[in-house]
Amino acid sequence: MRRTTILRLALLGAAALVLVLPAASFGGRSKQASPQAACQLQVFSWWTGGGEAAGLAKLIKIWNANNKSCQFKNETVAGGAGTNAKAVLAQRLAAHKPPDSFQGHAGAELRDYIKAGQLEPIDFIYKQYHFDKVMPKSLVSQIKYGGHLYSVPVNIHRANVLWYNPKVLKDAGITKAPTTWNEFIADLNKAKDAGVIPLAMGEQWTAEHLWETVMIGVLGPAGWNALWHKGANWNTAKVTTALNRFKTLLGYTNTDAANLTWQDAGKLVADGKAAFNVMGDWQDGYFSGTKAGGNLALKPNKDYGWTAVPGTAGVYDWLSDSFTLPKGAPHRSAAVKWLAFLGSKKAQDTFNPVKGSIPARQDANPKLYGTYLKWALKQWKSDKLAGSFFHGVVCPNAWKTKIDTALGLFLQNKDVSSLQSTLNSAAQAG
Amino acid sequence: MTNIRRWGPGLLLVSPSIVLVAVFVYGLIGWNVKVSLSDWRTAVPSSNWAGLGAYRDLKSDPAWCCGPATNVRHIIIFTVAFIIGTLLIGVTLAFLLEKGVRGEGFFRSVYLFPMAISFIAAGVVWRWLMNPAPGDRSTGLNVIFDKLGVGFLANQWYLGVNWGMAAMALPAIWALSGYIMALYLAGFRGVPEELREAARMDGASEYRVYRHVVFPHLRPVTLSALIILGHISLKVFDLIVAIGGKQLITQTPAVYMWILIYDARDYAKGAAIATLLLIAISILIIPYLIYTVRSERNA
Repeated sequence: MRRTTILRLALLGAAALVLVLPAASFGGRSKQASPQAACQLQVFSWWTGGGEAAGLAKLIKIWNANNKSCQFKNETVAGGAGTNAKAVLAQRLAAHKPPDSFQGHAGAELRDYIKAGQLEPIDFIYKQYHFDKVMPKSLVSQIKYGGHLYSVPVNIHRANVLWYNPKVLKDAGITKAPTTWNEFIADLNKAKDAGVIPLAMGEQWTAEHLWETVMIGVLGPAGWNALWHKGANWNTAKVTTALNRFKTLLGYTNTDAANLTWQDAGKLVADGKAAFNVMGDWQDGYFSGTKAGGNLALKPNKDYGWTAVPGTAGVYDWLSDSFTLPKGAPHRSAAVKWLAFLGSKKAQDTFNPVKGSIPARQDANPKLYGTYLKWALKQWKSDKLAGSFFHGVVCPNAWKTKIDTALGLFLQNKDVSSLQSTLNSAAQAG
Repeated sequence: MTNIRRWGPGLLLVSPSIVLVAVFVYGLIGWNVKVSLSDWRTAVPSSNWAGLGAYRDLKSDPAWCCGPATNVRHIIIFTVAFIIGTLLIGVTLAFLLEKGVRGEGFFRSVYLFPMAISFIAAGVVWRWLMNPAPGDRSTGLNVIFDKLGVGFLANQWYLGVNWGMAAMALPAIWALSGYIMALYLAGFRGVPEELREAARMDGASEYRVYRHVVFPHLRPVTLSALIILGHISLKVFDLIVAIGGKQLITQTPAVYMWILIYDARDYAKGAAIATLLLIAISILIIPYLIYTVRSERNA
């Protein structure tokens, strides 16, 4: 009898040990990370390469020089547009181990974090440093959610840029870049007759990017922004027109689009194999950046040119990288200081010329910026703002996934009416 | 009371793994199923019962099933092409080696090597090989076809609307046929020479020796190969991402699951896909387990 009891106890003990061991090791780890350690500002981003990493490095240098007691800890996760980083971040937030500040596209993409109660509103930072006075009013109102601000935009990119190869255009008999839809189609036909790819396009997301610029071209910024509310009506004649135009444009693209990255598609224009390409203005960094940095070292206005996507002149289809204040940030006061720093003229004018974007602030010093960016700075001051769909401004993630699917199917079947009804029902679900 | 002395120590020995498997395999499977039946459809965790809501949603999802360019069609085409291709090439290679060649060890290693390469790395190379670009921009296989004078074979590869996923299976076939060859080679070697000799004595031709003596002995090998390939195929993720990225044209259930959970933050629907994948794989594996247990008992 006694022997069995002992055995039973031993069994239970062994089982308990197995269960407790992993827990104990987790406990040990969390103890090590306790905030008693020296203050470190943990900033999470997906800026790991090219101009973004170089720009971040410059910011870190300034930060570390001014904050001897709380040095910068760079917690980047590689992966384009932050796809991998967002997955890692979701796991950290779920485990209640947020960084002090993390990167996110300004706008609706942050809504998931806000709804999950993972972000602190930071209206007080805007108020204290008067960011709402130096950034465009419509920008500040477009990134508000429920009347509150949750992130500081560091940079602004423009999505609706039509890139072209001036030499190819000249050879095809196109005298100036198109500004209207009809001119655009005429030019595409001329390019086609000249034997080049009229409109270079890459994998699915670049098609979605093209789609949004065509939509904005037809609907205008107000009509476009009005689409992004739960229950909005997408069954309008204007949307039908836009979808048909998108379909028309797809007929001018290269057949191997799905096998090309955005750089591959841009390079077709740079190499003179294609006439036009619609891409965000990170393309300028790729075209004009140094060869050592993996770019093409082309001369702006000579080797490549740009203009607003036809129909969208005077509209800035914008997107922005911004930083947030997570609830439970281990070094909150340093994080607040970091956000205030990011919104400052000095930080924005340091980061953006290197990254190849413009500041969200309107008081930038144009002398610091390259040829394209000088143009963009001017537009930023005068243009009406339309938030980007693909780059997370107007559309929360679940809704965006539905549109991704609908547009992916459309690339296969080119069925406008089925696309429109799917888009409309996605809007009803919100 | 003396019984426990017989099985007690053994149980003590295996109990850690029993507990670990119970918690980290079956516990998490259970948790996944529970999530799939909940209303956790946003970034905010929720564990309210929602029945089959996520599954119904999946059924009406245009990306899921069953028309052109949908997940289910993709994975079926991929799986069929992958299994048939790998088995055929595997058996052929094993057969050739079994007939006796010089330097068998060398060839065996050469055919096995691709398995050591990760799908991601293989995918990057095959993306280049299967470049669908036309004219002077083409690379890889299309150029080779052109140079060999069989330019009509050049095609769109994985971008083909209907059979693109069969092309997507090529890298997987390349990677795993060597492994299947090794399985079959072991199977061939396991057929006693006496049986073949007996058949030959009875006047059987070489074809009939294989048809009626050797291949029937290989049925268990074929079954194992089917299971191994089938579950690799249904779960395929890394290869797809390396070649096609996140595009609907190459999307499979595993990729869509990732998108739903990490991009759309629709945890219930993602978990529903995970559950369906598990069921699909179980349909393959459970009969195999039953078969194995039975044949072991008989032996």
